[in-house]
Amino acid sequence: MSAGVETATTPAGAATPAHQFDSLDQQREAAALGMWVFLVTEVLFFGGLFTAYVVYRWSWAADFARASRRLDVTLGTVNTAVLIASSLTMALAVRAAQLGRRRGVVGFLLGTMGLGSVFLGIKLLEYSHKAHEHLFPGPGFRFEGAADLRPAELFFSLYFAMTGLHALHMIVGIGVLGALLWPAARGRFTAASHNWVEGAGLYWHFVDLVWIFLFPLLYLVGRHGS
Amino acid sequence: MAAPIVPVRTCVQVFLALVVLTGITTAVSFVDLGLWSNVVALGIAGLKGALVMLFFMNLRRGPRLLPVAVAAGLLWFLILVGQTLSDYFTRGWLGVPGK
Repeated sequence: MSAGVETATTPAGAATPAHQFDSLDQQREAAALGMWVFLVTEVLFFGGLFTAYVVYRWSWAADFARASRRLDVTLGTVNTAVLIASSLTMALAVRAAQLGRRRGVVGFLLGTMGLGSVFLGIKLLEYSHKAHEHLFPGPGFRFEGAADLRPAELFFSLYFAMTGLHALHMIVGIGVLGALLWPAARGRFTAASHNWVEGAGLYWHFVDLVWIFLFPLLYLVGRHGS
Repeated sequence: MAAPIVPVRTCVQVFLALVVLTGITTAVSFVDLGLWSNVVALGIAGLKGALVMLFFMNLRRGPRLLPVAVAAGLLWFLILVGQTLSDYFTRGWLGVPGK
């Protein structure tokens, strides 16, 4: 945690804002706005993939529905619940930081990292199933019952690109939370100064938000019908 | 501006609402509603997203400037999708020489 971004702490223990800010509140607001502006760029980053998905699904609706049915809806639903639970623990970690509860911050950060890891574990399980079923795009791709393989392959290309990019964000998120553990344990975050925890929280919830849209688009599009 | 702290009770209620909505969206996906399936699935996802942003990300109580940043993000995303689709959806409408 470099000085200048986070607040300094005087020997008396009272937090003071970094020199470019008039007050702690102003610094806090600037940190939140900066984080949100970054998240907006992330919306557009994922937005390109979402747009590609909409265009290709519009062109090959029936093939996309058939390919979507090959995904495991049970694991997908469970994973959604796991990620939502991790957002709850993240919100509680931010709350603990706002109240200056050191042990609460550490505990809830660990809980969030744990749930995030469970999500990634389930994702890995799904990936290995798909690899075994020859659904990974490439020369070995096989898809029974379709005259033309390419639309199904396109669906799985988008599936791996979108969930892979999302998983990468999860890994980064777990790393960020891990980096906050030590300062949190040392009591670095107080009721007056905890912008790092709030920023990490915003990032984590955003990653949850992306999944909330990925889940129905990838797993649920072709559920009805056979 | 004092730090707005979300109560534990609210966090848990939002969590439960999100889990219930996840169950509903999965269950409804097995029913054939035609094109409405998309509307329901995206509507529920939008509702879940709004809950996450308003409560977990504290947009409801945070500085007023933040919703403006979110709205700007959505606007640019809609431009991205809207303009792209206005191309793809209308390509077959006119016979263009050399097509």
